[in-house]
Amino acid sequence: MNVREGDAQARSTAEAVARRSYGKLVAFLAARTRDVAAAEDALSEAFASALADWPTKGCPSNPEGWLLTVARRKVIDMYRGRRRAEIASERIQIMAEGLDAAAADADIPDQRLALMFACAHPAIDPSIRAPLILQAVLGLDAKTIASAFLMSPAAMSKRLVRAKDKIRQAGVPFTVPEREELPHRLDTVLDAIYAAFAEGWTDPGGTDLARRDLAEEAIFLSRVVTELLPSEPEALGLLALLLHAEARRPARRNPNGDYVPLVEQDPALWDHQLIDEAEAALNRASAMGAIGRYQLEGALQSAHVHRCRTGQANWAEVVQLYDALFAIVGSPVVAINRALAIAELHGASAALESMQAVAADERVAEYQPYWAARAELLAKAGAHDEARQAYEIAVGLERDPAVRRFLQQRQSALNP
Amino acid sequence: MQYLLMLYANETGWSNLTKAQQEQGMAAYTAYTEALKKAGVWKGSNRLQPINSATTVRVADGKSQVLDGPYIETKEQIGGYYLIDVPDLDSAISWAARCPSASHGVVEVRPVWAMQASSAAPAS
Repeated sequence: MNVREGDAQARSTAEAVARRSYGKLVAFLAARTRDVAAAEDALSEAFASALADWPTKGCPSNPEGWLLTVARRKVIDMYRGRRRAEIASERIQIMAEGLDAAAADADIPDQRLALMFACAHPAIDPSIRAPLILQAVLGLDAKTIASAFLMSPAAMSKRLVRAKDKIRQAGVPFTVPEREELPHRLDTVLDAIYAAFAEGWTDPGGTDLARRDLAEEAIFLSRVVTELLPSEPEALGLLALLLHAEARRPARRNPNGDYVPLVEQDPALWDHQLIDEAEAALNRASAMGAIGRYQLEGALQSAHVHRCRTGQANWAEVVQLYDALFAIVGSPVVAINRALAIAELHGASAALESMQAVAADERVAEYQPYWAARAELLAKAGAHDEARQAYEIAVGLERDPAVRRFLQQRQSALNP
Repeated sequence: MQYLLMLYANETGWSNLTKAQQEQGMAAYTAYTEALKKAGVWKGSNRLQPINSATTVRVADGKSQVLDGPYIETKEQIGGYYLIDVPDLDSAISWAARCPSASHGVVEVRPVWAMQASSAAPAS
């Protein structure tokens, strides 16, 4: 094998390990020191060493163990270099324990879940939890995450550093919470994964690579959680929700790149394998007999898919699901979607009436879906002047040019 | 804090659009401006004439030099701006992302240098 072939092989092995094991290695390295930043730095140096070493000496039989051993040595060097007295020596000792054992043992314990619980700990600012998980578990860089979350890369890096400092300084535990605490704490992890997916979702065309990847990464994380916590119905509910949404991605744009609303989508373009997987997850969840937010959202997706596939209206069931969801979440977002379902069942006026409480909530003033829903309902109710104004605001608040065009077309279809 | 959103785009892109597309484009800007005003963050905005109308002026060694054309020739040129007043950079970025220019060009977000009223005017 020549150098170039060795180089290519080393690179592809390193990439495969990075994809499969990055979070596992960070979790294992940081679990006892709680120093996520040091674990990440050491691991990235270990990957650099691998790329220098493997092409000439060949890939090790246990690349994961090789990387872990090198990374642990780097962490020890780092702490020695800092010479931070007793803290350093304590961490060095923790790191040194089982250093050789790790290299020999092919089975590195999977502590990714504990890492996710640390990242989504109540002591961590909720808005940074999803970015933190994406970085610590998947190794995404701050720049990629910042673009997806519409933040400046500098500000995102700073906030990630601060969050990692907090984990270390405040002693946030790297553990999966006990039974009685689990459901509540799991919610924060699921919320963070959902936030990551939602950011990826804002690019339904899938043209923005950073965004599309984020949706895929969120599904990957969601699968990891269901594998490690197989009897948590909400984790399955979230997976079902994400898979359903992802399954319809190919149908959300026509060949001209125009936005296609759900009612006009061609079910033949949906990914039926993903839908089947989503349905199976939902069934498993419902057998566990503890309803929750994500299962309800998953069930709503399932109901929409069923209606579109069979042509049988199921709006009464949909409204019921939204009622249950609203009782749990109570967010204006749910009330808006519920209103659209009420319109199908009882007409636009009833739907507008149901949105009155939402209209008073000042958070919706800059929330595009509220104005788009309101415009549609007003148009249906025949209040074309008001509908025109609402469309105008919805267009002004939209960031996706295809949706903007769609709303403009709806607006110009109104009676003059 | 005030931020200037500078809208950069390729001018030929606009002239290549059909009339209907141009109208739709203009309507999107109107809606965006309205949304900024409704949110109470709009401070000012203007669309600029095309770059072939630009003139560059420089005074060096006491001699003025006037050149026809923009300062820098680039494919994408500044075509307008919005001045907005929002709490922080994140909020400015989220407004920039909603600007139609962000989809067909680039929006540069620059914080305005805040000056004390007393020091704003040069000493005479």
